[in-house]
Amino acid sequence: MSEAKLSLPVAVSGQVSRREAIRWVMAAVAASALPGQSIAQPARRAAFPGNGYGLDPKLLDPHKPGAFWPLTFNNAQRAAATALADVVIPADHLGPAASAVGVPAMLDEWVSAPYPEQQADRPVILDGLTWLDAESENRFGKVFSQLLADQKRAICDDICFTPAAKPQFRKAAEFFSRFRSLCASAYYATPEGWKAIGYVGNVPLERFDGPPPDVLDKLAVVQTVKDES
Amino acid sequence: MPMISAEQAKSEYDVAIVGSGAGGGQSAYTLTLAGLRCVMLEAGRSYDPSTETPMFNSPNQAPLMGNATPDKPFGFYDATVGGGWQVPGEPYTTVYQSSRERFTWWRPRMLGGRTNHWGRISLRNGPYDFNPRSRDGLGFDWPISYDDVEPYYTKVEMLIGVYGTNEGLENTPNSPPGVLLPAPKGRAAELLAQKHAKKLRIPVISVHRAVLTRPLDWQTIPARLHPGNAWAQRMVAQEMRARLACFWATDCGRGCYIRANYQSTTVHLPPALATGNLDIISNAHAREVLIGKNGKATGVAFIDKTTGKEMRVKAKAVVLAAGACESVRILLNSKSSAFPNGLANSSGLVGKYIMDTVGASLLGHVPALESLPPHNEDGAGGDHFYAPWWLYQQQKAGKLDFARGYHIELGSSRGMPGGDDPVPDDLSRGSYGTQFKEDARRYFGSFVGFASRGEMVPNENCYADLDPNVKDQWGIPVLRFHWKWSDHEINQAKHAEETFAELIQAVGGTVRSRGKRGDSLENPGHIIHEVGGALIGDDPKKSVCNQWNQTWDVKNVFLCDGAPFASNADKNPTLTIMALAWRACDHLVDEAKKGSL
Repeated sequence: MSEAKLSLPVAVSGQVSRREAIRWVMAAVAASALPGQSIAQPARRAAFPGNGYGLDPKLLDPHKPGAFWPLTFNNAQRAAATALADVVIPADHLGPAASAVGVPAMLDEWVSAPYPEQQADRPVILDGLTWLDAESENRFGKVFSQLLADQKRAICDDICFTPAAKPQFRKAAEFFSRFRSLCASAYYATPEGWKAIGYVGNVPLERFDGPPPDVLDKLAVVQTVKDES
Repeated sequence: MPMISAEQAKSEYDVAIVGSGAGGGQSAYTLTLAGLRCVMLEAGRSYDPSTETPMFNSPNQAPLMGNATPDKPFGFYDATVGGGWQVPGEPYTTVYQSSRERFTWWRPRMLGGRTNHWGRISLRNGPYDFNPRSRDGLGFDWPISYDDVEPYYTKVEMLIGVYGTNEGLENTPNSPPGVLLPAPKGRAAELLAQKHAKKLRIPVISVHRAVLTRPLDWQTIPARLHPGNAWAQRMVAQEMRARLACFWATDCGRGCYIRANYQSTTVHLPPALATGNLDIISNAHAREVLIGKNGKATGVAFIDKTTGKEMRVKAKAVVLAAGACESVRILLNSKSSAFPNGLANSSGLVGKYIMDTVGASLLGHVPALESLPPHNEDGAGGDHFYAPWWLYQQQKAGKLDFARGYHIELGSSRGMPGGDDPVPDDLSRGSYGTQFKEDARRYFGSFVGFASRGEMVPNENCYADLDPNVKDQWGIPVLRFHWKWSDHEINQAKHAEETFAELIQAVGGTVRSRGKRGDSLENPGHIIHEVGGALIGDDPKKSVCNQWNQTWDVKNVFLCDGAPFASNADKNPTLTIMALAWRACDHLVDEAKKGSL
């Protein structure tokens, strides 16, 4: 079916009834008792959460965070996430800030989702936001969102690159890395983010000419596909 | 799409078709246009691409930025609905020793099946691909040659519309002049890879994909497809005319409401429905093929999922096109006193020799592609270039430690961002703020992925049987999959990775995140090219069906999906499934006319 894609789906999961789940546990026990022996088991152990959007959601309607599952952030978490998102992706010559295009709500939706990948991110992000406010209070006597720009940067500089982080900031750096990644995933999912990154597609065209001459020149290549009417 | 309910089925049909994807769609098309009255059973729901396709939605309009979840494993906007790696209430089981041999089974539950989201890569098998055993002593030869199938490849290409070029490379057939549509222009990374792959003597050429790069010639093609049948020509012309050419935007995997790419639902089913000869029943989960006293099929028993009741349709012939393994499930469950081991299984080979495609991949970062001036590379919504297998001579000379080849697909381009991180931490090195946004812009489009799609040698350890203990929610026994790779597949994956590393180096890039050699070999089932399970052959003792996809044991049962495949060439199977289905159904029509079914 599928063409090779740059990012292949990682999460593969399926539904298992209670009875099958018990069967699987039994099978797993049997497997550990007899290493190497083949065992039959339901093809996938991880259950559908059942409270996700299901196998047949409406695809055309734009969905807002909170449409499928309840959101998580309390006021403090939302304030911290919004402030940090705008430090990671501020308003500048490339476009608006993260908070201006709905990134905080998208992050909230992410950590609130019932699926395994998001469930794994949830404690990383929520604990990280708690740490961020605590660290801000310790250093500057205010929560993160109340800090001056320089104060925010002072904290971020300590946690922005895991390999360079001091041991006491290692865990916070892992949070920052994941937060920045999710923040960027959300920001560049918006038309404003597309503009910021230089994506100019998703518009119908009369014809497709391939890369323009300046791009071809830069790469020292020529267009090899001939024009056909 | 107009559907009928299970209760509305007519008392008898000429043909019952199980499945509505590439094989079922082609079968319905060929049979109804030849005047046969058909009923089609689809296990999933009805689906209408013209009203359900989220073509231009941005990822921020989807939950989780459109990312893959267990509910939508290829992302929120993937066209597949109602199914996936697991279908609720319809389990399957697997037997495996190592986790990389754990088979997973992709089952869309929707009208049109996988054709709604497939990659549209449409490669002909070459002459070698029909007699692999004669060439290397492994696996099986087909009872037919390339020349037998060639006219049908041409007809399918004319009907569905395939872009590409004729390059005359070894075992990579040309199409007749005028059949292929213009190839799309190369994108930046594709042109760069093409240029530098020459150093490695790897030919990077235009791929063939089922996308209209210009409107189909509705005034002449129908007459070439259906000579002497003005009525059929009219139906086909009308629907062909309604298809628009690609507007160079949006990923084909979402589906296409302008009908520019091939989906069964936009290409095969509309003319078949226009004939008035096709009734489609959705939510119809086939249980078994019914057998009469004379040993011939009399119809199909199915579960009407809307009521949970078992229903039956009567027909003079049955076409199974449910997907290779699904058709195996139906055959094995069609037990009767005449066929205690399942239908058409006197050879004991039903379910045996299942093959997937061997997939391996490597990702690279290419500095030359950084900071390119922004330009639109959406293109035809999928690949433009690929490299066909190029080492036939080295293989023949015994210089490779695996049999059979792979082609290379290039994942590249400045595609729609969103949903994943544009800059890995090791490149951003802790940047945030405007610096991070500059980095994102710099690295956008500078990553290239190479993936192999290779031929697996069929082996007796890869098969499906009925699980003696597990049934689906309607009490129907389910399939149990068994798998074991041979060294051919493992070594091929290693070779592919080496090649990709060389390619990435050749374009001045660096390989990213490489594991142990061969680690990128995809699990069985992942490439979703599973075929086989009902071998085509010329000996009833050693095969399940004859050269017309007609089962040896029951003459009025035809297998029109990938189940008959005797080998699974590196060429993606869909085009061959369609060509063989057309050929089989032409034969079915001939036999029906002679009254010999």
